[in-house]
Amino acid sequence: MAEGMLTFSPDDRYNAFLRTVSPARYGEGRLRGIPVAIKDNISTAGIETTCGSRILSGYVPPYDATVVSLLKKEGAAIVGKTNMDEFGMGSTTENSAFGPTKNPRDETRVPGGSSGGSAAAVAAGLVPLALGTDTGGSIRCPAAFCGIVGLKPTYGRVSRYGLVAYANSLEQIGPMAADVAHANLLMSVIAGHDPKDSTSLDAPYSHTPSMEIRGTRIGVPEEFFGEGVDPRVASVVWDAISLLERKGAEIITCRMPSMAYALAAYYVTCMSEASSNLARYDGVRYGPPADVRKPWHEAFQERRREGFGLEVRRRIMIGTFALSSGYYGKYYAKAQAARRNVREDFGRLFAEVDVIAGPTMPTVAFRFGEKSDPLAMYLSDILTVPANLAGVPAISVPCGKVEGLPVGLQIMGRWMEDERVIDVAYAYEQGANP
Amino acid sequence: MITEKDVEHIGMLADIAILRGELEEFTASFNRILEYFDILDQVTGEEKDGGAAVNVLREDEVVPSLSPQDVLSNAKETEDGFFRAPRVM
Repeated sequence: MAEGMLTFSPDDRYNAFLRTVSPARYGEGRLRGIPVAIKDNISTAGIETTCGSRILSGYVPPYDATVVSLLKKEGAAIVGKTNMDEFGMGSTTENSAFGPTKNPRDETRVPGGSSGGSAAAVAAGLVPLALGTDTGGSIRCPAAFCGIVGLKPTYGRVSRYGLVAYANSLEQIGPMAADVAHANLLMSVIAGHDPKDSTSLDAPYSHTPSMEIRGTRIGVPEEFFGEGVDPRVASVVWDAISLLERKGAEIITCRMPSMAYALAAYYVTCMSEASSNLARYDGVRYGPPADVRKPWHEAFQERRREGFGLEVRRRIMIGTFALSSGYYGKYYAKAQAARRNVREDFGRLFAEVDVIAGPTMPTVAFRFGEKSDPLAMYLSDILTVPANLAGVPAISVPCGKVEGLPVGLQIMGRWMEDERVIDVAYAYEQGANP
Repeated sequence: MITEKDVEHIGMLADIAILRGELEEFTASFNRILEYFDILDQVTGEEKDGGAAVNVLREDEVVPSLSPQDVLSNAKETEDGFFRAPRVM
């Protein structure tokens, strides 16, 4: 296999990268010599992987995540690890232990999160392709805020082996790129069955985007244009939906009643899963060491206080509480019942429509510090979490601007219909930029 | 209503130390967030079957895995091929 070395020295004025690799090795294949950025919660053999957390500083994975192996197999050059909210917990990238990333479209604003570094790297033109991860919107939110394309695949379609776990039942690795065709290309490389991930589906992705959407039924739930959605964002997104109608799609307004408690169900679930997953950070096997001379609990509690940021500690503790005896029924069990209702809402709607459309985010990119209250930040995820709760594919595609800041159109599809979601996004993109 | 004492207890359960100066803010944010979660009281029914999750098992066959050196490579304290941890007792 012919190989080469790629020099990578980007002008990273946005703090998109936590570290870069130069020169980066590449091989033969469909991505020969193409620089690809990897979110820092995806394991890269020999390249430090921190999840944006001090508790993993210095951690060098001894193996590659399956998606990274697949990229290398197609010749890609892995050029760096991108900044993120610590362990994916945030919607702004301000929760990184290594400083925030700036939005290349407006440096006074956040890039969104948690895959803010990947989105900024693509938006700034530093790399054509990047991997992000999406637990409750972490690919789609920064894609919308930075004006790029981001796809959260159907749960199970992309292997999670080597993804540092935060909330296993919700999260997926997915492609981020400047346009739909490139997101589609990256998806075709990373999707497929992996015996190392027991939730992996045997469903390879090989698709050529089509802009033919005549007869496609697009559902538009009222709740996606409800309270908290900036009317200017709503107006831009409705214009985009009208364009799809002119291209031959049928628009059907509908209701999604489970949206009333989807966000609460999402946060109870992800915090509970986080409290279990993040118990592994004890300073024994990786990261800055615990003091072995101290008693176990004292050493462990100190290490975790120093190593985790405030938001991570908050989520671990609320998750611990939601799973604790006496509260499990009120929080975790109810969240799972709510999650079932969200799935059933999607099922009911997808019997009538082929895709569901709405805004990706209720607003444009926030200013730094604007979402300092944790609950206010959580509320901004209301439009992205339903797809994660149901495991269905969802994409964000740029659809215009409000006061110069990008707005994302979100298209959600049936389980395993990532291809159709790509096609509707492609039809919009090609129709809007003829 | 969660009290500062409750938060200290939760911190202990989660093995996360909380500094004195952090207690007030953690308690206030816990209460705001848990109050928001009360909307789940409206949800009827229970989820008993674990939702869409399915167990996928493979045959118990030996497959290649990381070497002990690789596994220990990120630990700061090791001894005779083991991790060294703080004492439990």
